[in-house]
Amino acid sequence: MAEVLVYVDHVDGAVRKPTLELLTLARRIGEPVAVHLGAGADAAAAVLGEYGAVKVLAADASEFADYLVAPKVDALEAAYNAVSPAAVLLPSSAEGKEIAARLAVRIGSGIITDAVDLEAGAEGPVATQSVFAASYSTKSRVTKGTPVITVKPNSAAPEAAQAAGTVEQLAVAFGEKSTGTKVVSRTPRESTGRPELTEAAIVVSGGRGVNGAENFSIIEALADSLGAAVGASRAAVDAGWYPHTNQVGQTGKSVSPQLYIAAGISGAIQHRAGMQTSKTIVAVNKDAEAPIFDLVDYGVVGDLFEVVPQLTDEVKTRKG
Amino acid sequence: MSLRIVVTVKYVPDATGDRHFAEDLTVDRDDVDGLLSELDEYAVEQALQIKEAADDDAEITVLTVGPEDAKDALRKALSMGADKAVHVEDDDLHGTDALGTSLVLAKALEHVGYDLVVSGMASTDGGMGVVPAMLAERLGVPQVTLLSEVKVEDGKVTGRRDGDAASEQLEASLPAVVSVTDQSGEARYPSFKGIMAAKKKPVESLDLSDLGLEAEEVGLEGAWTKVDEATERPARTAGTVVKDEGEGGKQLAEFLAGQKFI
Repeated sequence: MAEVLVYVDHVDGAVRKPTLELLTLARRIGEPVAVHLGAGADAAAAVLGEYGAVKVLAADASEFADYLVAPKVDALEAAYNAVSPAAVLLPSSAEGKEIAARLAVRIGSGIITDAVDLEAGAEGPVATQSVFAASYSTKSRVTKGTPVITVKPNSAAPEAAQAAGTVEQLAVAFGEKSTGTKVVSRTPRESTGRPELTEAAIVVSGGRGVNGAENFSIIEALADSLGAAVGASRAAVDAGWYPHTNQVGQTGKSVSPQLYIAAGISGAIQHRAGMQTSKTIVAVNKDAEAPIFDLVDYGVVGDLFEVVPQLTDEVKTRKG
Repeated sequence: MSLRIVVTVKYVPDATGDRHFAEDLTVDRDDVDGLLSELDEYAVEQALQIKEAADDDAEITVLTVGPEDAKDALRKALSMGADKAVHVEDDDLHGTDALGTSLVLAKALEHVGYDLVVSGMASTDGGMGVVPAMLAERLGVPQVTLLSEVKVEDGKVTGRRDGDAASEQLEASLPAVVSVTDQSGEARYPSFKGIMAAKKKPVESLDLSDLGLEAEEVGLEGAWTKVDEATERPARTAGTVVKDEGEGGKQLAEFLAGQKFI
């Protein structure tokens, strides 16, 4: 069976959920071979094997952390040369897409980004994408070279399928030009303890109607009662009420959770582009005419300062 | 020595319009008004600020690949303050994908000459966000992308990249490819004077042969990817909308419990 390279997203060997989704999708088109860069490959291998990786190609070098993106492309290219895969899958993160882009140029292959589903086809893997603010769904494939495909989080439910997960060291020669962009310093983001926005099963977002940074605690309280991530509309971010890393929409993150709760968000096209593929959509807004209500499974026309805290209390009570 | 800045921009269908696919499954551009991609305005703005801060004189060229109408995007950038424009226009470009676009842009950049390439973080239509990285790869120069702050000094570009896990301070020597996010700073509005001046600024037109490219390397035929199907999603069926009469939060909780979210 053809091998499929899966780029592993991890923090020191702690594998993140989108990678398990990639392994699950990879099994539809071949045998997953994971590529683990940086420290922690042995710890990661157990989980990667549990989700179907027959092999883990591992490389650890300071270049991966000291320079931007390009050394990781060198490593993935080395893995590509070692395996001759039927496809290369990466998570649709900012970095995942950039690595994919450079690898595609290097190996002369087509690239598809932000796939929301993947299946085997007569002429290679077929990727489903959601375009034009999710008003269209397309099916595409790569026609030249080895398909390089990035997949959005929450595109598949991870399914365990035990495989060997044998770790093999991958030899990587870094190109002279791959160390051109130095990472001079790195300041880790303070953890909120909440799930990652793009990966969360539930997202609670606040918009213009939240009316002030201090009021975002209402949104956070609801999110915490549901174990959800917190999002914000561009209006709220531009006003400085919430960090840009939490922005949902065309110029921010695109999310596709099981449940999306929009509070005080009118639902401009730019916001809808980032959340319209959510499975269940709920909105609270004072304005009955807000376009967000065209999308909802359940909407409450009302003051979020009344409705949201009442909902939070009710969730807490029901969860006991 | 003069700093040669080239800003790559895209002419995109207005996202607030009703966007569709044409019969060949490329984007139907006839039915929707186009405009300079909003995210590219941030790139033009940063280029202008870099020029304003440069000790030596700097020159900004704005570069696009696209149909006749794409001149509108160039004019907008010129009216904001760019010095000249280059338009790669060729009937054979219709249907070019991201890899093809990066190939054409790379050839055009080599033709024009550059010390610094500034791009937006992504287009507002395709939204892939891969072209800046592809350009760095093709040109063999450092990639300094997704910057929310950028500075050019003494032949070096430095900037801040705000990722999910960390905020990074980056540094590279010129020539380099930079991309900037919508956090880099509000783009200026063209002044009346700027709009008038833009009419007189030079716009150079190039076709594929000027860039030494063959028709089959680009366009729909040369594309590395193919869209086989495009289906309009059925509109979401109207859900339940209730008016809060004091119990709105509880009603919402009831709905969420029914859906097994609580």
